[in-house]
Formats: sequence, C-alpha cells, structure tokens
Amino acid sequence: MKLIWIFTVVFASSGLMATNPVDVKRGIEIAREADARDDGFADNQASLQMILKNRQGHTSTRLLRNRSLEVSNDGDKLLVLFDQPRDVKGTAFLVFSHGTGPDDQWLYLPALKRVKRIASNNKSGPFMGSEFAYEDLASQELDKYDYRFIGEETLDGTPTFVIERIPHDPKSGYARQVVWYDQAEYRLQKIDFYDRKNDKLKTLVYSGYQQYLGKYWRANRMFMQNHQTGKSTELLFEDYSFQTGLTERDFDRNSLKRAR
Amino acid sequence: MTRLFLLHTLFLTPVLAHAMGEMSGSVSLEQLAFNQNASASQSEGYASVALKPEIYVDWDGGDQSFTFVPFYRYDEGDSQRTHFDIRELTWQKVSQKWELRIGFRQVFWGVTESAHMVDIINQTDLVENPDGEDKLGQPMINMAWIEDWGTLDFFLLTGFRERTFPGSQGRLRTPFPVDEDLATYQSGAEEKRVDWAVRYSRSLGPMDFGFSHFQGTSREPLLRPQQFGGETVLSPFYPVIDQSGLDLQATLGGWLLKYESIYRQDFGDRDYLSLAGGFEYTFGNLGGRGTDVGVLTEYLYDQRSEQATTPLEDDIFIGTRIAFNDPQSTEILAGFAWDLDDEGNFISVEAERRIGNAWKLSLELRNFSNTQPRDPLYVFRNDDHLRLELARYF
Repeated sequence: MKLIWIFTVVFASSGLMATNPVDVKRGIEIAREADARDDGFADNQASLQMILKNRQGHTSTRLLRNRSLEVSNDGDKLLVLFDQPRDVKGTAFLVFSHGTGPDDQWLYLPALKRVKRIASNNKSGPFMGSEFAYEDLASQELDKYDYRFIGEETLDGTPTFVIERIPHDPKSGYARQVVWYDQAEYRLQKIDFYDRKNDKLKTLVYSGYQQYLGKYWRANRMFMQNHQTGKSTELLFEDYSFQTGLTERDFDRNSLKRAR
Repeated sequence: MTRLFLLHTLFLTPVLAHAMGEMSGSVSLEQLAFNQNASASQSEGYASVALKPEIYVDWDGGDQSFTFVPFYRYDEGDSQRTHFDIRELTWQKVSQKWELRIGFRQVFWGVTESAHMVDIINQTDLVENPDGEDKLGQPMINMAWIEDWGTLDFFLLTGFRERTFPGSQGRLRTPFPVDEDLATYQSGAEEKRVDWAVRYSRSLGPMDFGFSHFQGTSREPLLRPQQFGGETVLSPFYPVIDQSGLDLQATLGGWLLKYESIYRQDFGDRDYLSLAGGFEYTFGNLGGRGTDVGVLTEYLYDQRSEQATTPLEDDIFIGTRIAFNDPQSTEILAGFAWDLDDEGNFISVEAERRIGNAWKLSLELRNFSNTQPRDPLYVFRNDDHLRLELARYF
C-alpha cells in the first residue's frame, strides 16, 4: 500500500514537475471547454485533399474522405476512405478510439478483399507518407493528455490561450505539444509539436474556420510544417456535413468492406 | 462465343460506367523471367498483359449497389494463362441488421500470412500466381446477419469453378501438365452442385475470431496421372468434403498473435487437421524516420505429414515486412519457409513502389532450393523466377 502511494507520487510529479496547480487546473479547464463546445455533433463527413510537399517543392496529392461518429462515454469512431492515388482506391481505415488504453484499428485491403486488424502502438508513424502522424489525426480525447496553462498571447491579431499538453501514451512521438486556442470560440489555431528529445519538430496551423449547424467549427485548411526535414503537408477540407444519420453500422467491419 | 462476349464486355465497360456510375481499374504489363532451363521444353521468359476494370454504382442512399469487375489476361507463352474471368458481378442490399449479396464475389477468411487454409469460398486462379492469392469469382447468395453478438454469414454457392493450371507451355507447373478438360467429380451434379458454408465472426476487445464450416466440392483437386492422346497428363478429381475452420487474432500493443486451423473430411485417404500459427511484431517509425519494420514467424503443420498435398506440412516461416511510409508507398515483404523434415526451403521477396500518381511497379522474386523428391515444391526446383509488373491505374 505504501509502495503504491510512493509510486503515485513519483509518477505524478515526473509529468508535472514544478507545475503550479493553478496552471494545471486552468489548462484542463480550457481543454475541457474546447471539447465541450464540440459535444453533440453526432456524426460528420467531409472530403479532403492531402498535398505532400518535399524539400525540393515537389508535390503529390491524395484524395480522401472521412466519416466520424460521436460515441458517448468513449472515444469517437473514425472511417477514412482512400480515393487517390488510384492504386489504393477502395482502401479503408477504421479506428475505434478510446479515452484510455490503445485504440482499435482495422485496415481493408481491396486487392485481397481482406480486413486486417492492425497494431495500434504505432501512433508516431506517418499517415500515408505525410507529415501527419496517426496520433495527429486520431480523435483528440481529453484523457489522453496532462495539461498546463502557459499564458495568453495575441496570434495574428487574435487573442489566444496557450496551453501545454503532455501525452500519457509512452508510444507517442511527442514529449509535449504547445496549443493555441482562440479566446472567443476555443478553436485550435496552432500546435507546436516537440519530439522525444524535446526539440521542436512540427507546427500545425489551422485556418479558414467555418461554423456548421450554428455550433460546430471546422477548419478548411490545416498546414503542417516539419522543421527538421523541411517537408510539409496541407489538408484542404470540402463538403463538410453534420448529423447525416450515420450509425454504428457504418463503422463496423462489414461496412469497411463496402464503404464508398 | 466466349470471345464475342469478352469483346463486348471490355468495350461496353466504359460505356456502361459512363451511363451508370464510376469506373476505375488497372491495366498491367508483366514479365516473368526464369534463370534455369525448364524440366520440359518451356520458355525462359513470358510477357503478358492484364486488364481489370471495375464499374460501381449505388442507389437507395447507398444501401443498394452493383459492382462489375471483369478480368482478362493475355499471355504470349502459355495459352492456358490467357484467360477471362468475372471477378465480381454483384448486387448488394444493406440494411441495419443484415446484408444480402447476390452474384459473383470474392470472399476472404483468415489471419495468417504464410498460408490461407481457412479461406475456402473462392477457387484459386492458380495460373495467375503459384502463391494462390488470386481467386476466381464465385457465384453465390450470401446473407449476413449483423447483431451485437457478432456477424453470422450464410453462403449458398450456386456453381463450382474449376482450378486453373498452367498449360504444357507454361512454367511453375507439375512435370506432367494438368489437363483441366479431364476434370471429374465425386458429385453426380458435377460443377452444378450447390455447396454451402456458414461463418460466425466477431471482434471482442483485443480478439478477432471466426468459426466456419463448408460442405461441398473441394476447391483443391486430387491430381491423378492418366494416359491421354499418347501422353501422360494429370486429371483433376474434385471430391465432396466437409471442412471446419477456426481463425483468431489477438492484437496486444505491437504484437499480433495469429492462429488458424482446419479439419477436413473426405479429401483423399484420411481426414486431417492442419494449422498455422505465429506472431507478428512491428517496430514502428524506426529512428523517427517513418519506416515500419515488422517481423513475423509462423509454424505450419499438416497431420498428413509426407502425404500432405501442401508443401508446408511441418515448416517454419520467417518473414519481414518493411513499409517506408514515403509518398511513393514503397514496401518490401520478404519471407523464408524452411521444411523441418527434409530441409527444403523457399524464399520469396515482394517489393512495390508507386511511380507518379497512377503507376505502380512491383517485383517478385521466388527461389526454391534443396527440395527433395517427396516435397511438393520439388516440381519447382528449376523454376526460380523474377516477376516484374508495371501497372497503370485509372
């Protein structure tokens, strides 16, 4: 019993060393408010273009569609459909995210008509050769991080809250992330990602926010710059729709094989 | 007649697609090269071209769909490899609790990488590739019930497809060629026998599993030597079998634990059990450079031992899967199977890379060494080969 108590103290302090409890509380409050403002979206769908650019400026483009379903008391369900490049057309990726514990992931390979359950420990790896890691695109569940309020800052004329979040998952590729939310609507404006050596790795900038159903904000553009390699990835979203009537059945292994 | 139908199919496909829905697909050039002379008088190189368009249309808010995937390959060296097939011609209706699919389809079951023994619905299009992963379209009525307790699939398989084999001019064949025209059946209904299969599958926490049973004409034939036209050929005999299958995978962090086994009755002299099991572990994002390296090991066993009709009857398979996760999606899959009884072994390397946005280059290298006469792989002892494919996707 005493041993458990000592462990608890050691673990708690290692993550949040020299952190003012007031800042921790404020950090959680901001993250929770941002999360709460997206509550009740039920489901949404969008098309997206993913433009990869290497250091020499060569680009290649992917076309994807995503569908997500809000799950009460657990993480969201996500289905990603690949349209281009043509050789991966029909490939589909299904994720059941969980607030705590590893996500469940399946991949459908149309050439073999095969649904494969895949390991979900590889969060830090690149998604489709892009600068987005799987964990960057996964559902941002509140319980996945510890939070700390850093301060307020004006970012391109917009007053923002700046918080730091530290991933719980030891398999995460990041030591920490610094996140900017605008004060008016608690929308993500920018994220700086720091690698395991605590060097700045990437910056993600959100822009072109639009509001749907008078409540839910979504960025039309997300731009990820990798500072260490010079490569970048741009995501352009189109045709956002909310509360389209998707159900659990649109996010099961049967639907994975026939999703279009 | 077949040719006329074929021409119609290939030329009407774009017209139909335009009228009805979306069309995609691929056209590919393939070169097969051997570095040793064949046992008989075959060639050392084979060029071929294949076309596989796909038409898809849905309506009823996506709840009903129609898919048509014809396939045609022309091979300059092996007339048996020049063939046409309907890979898919399916109507599908989806509801909240069930899915109904009628027509020619492809169905895959199983989890292991070195063998697909549970997978039985479709006939193998063996002439395409000796790895047996290419399948012929199977006509069927398939009803799936989807409940909280899992998915229950029932299949009525309305007609049998004979396995394709390389012709006498083709490589990667038995020393005596298989004459598909001499096929015989245990069932009096021959290829018109209606077979059935049932499968229950479920995902439960970290486990994905399936139980299946098949009763009908075996997809794998027994090959019997026969004199025909003054030459010795092998004639396929298709018995009626019962096959129960189990496949399961546990996904624990980076570990995938895989197992599948079958119990097959009335195929040949004895009923038998065969199984494959092992693990796969992936080292993700190595050195922060994005490359994933997976290692896999599987053990394969067949109760028939030396009488087994599969080469993997007491074998260890070791493989690696390397995904570079680059914009070209470069991937390598390499494997080595080693027979614990007679030390014959088999090496396979597959690599692929996208070129531009619509092309893909694939390479396949296969090597058979130290095979003993009683090993089914012995017939391939001079058939080490390289396969290069350039495909254009549209």
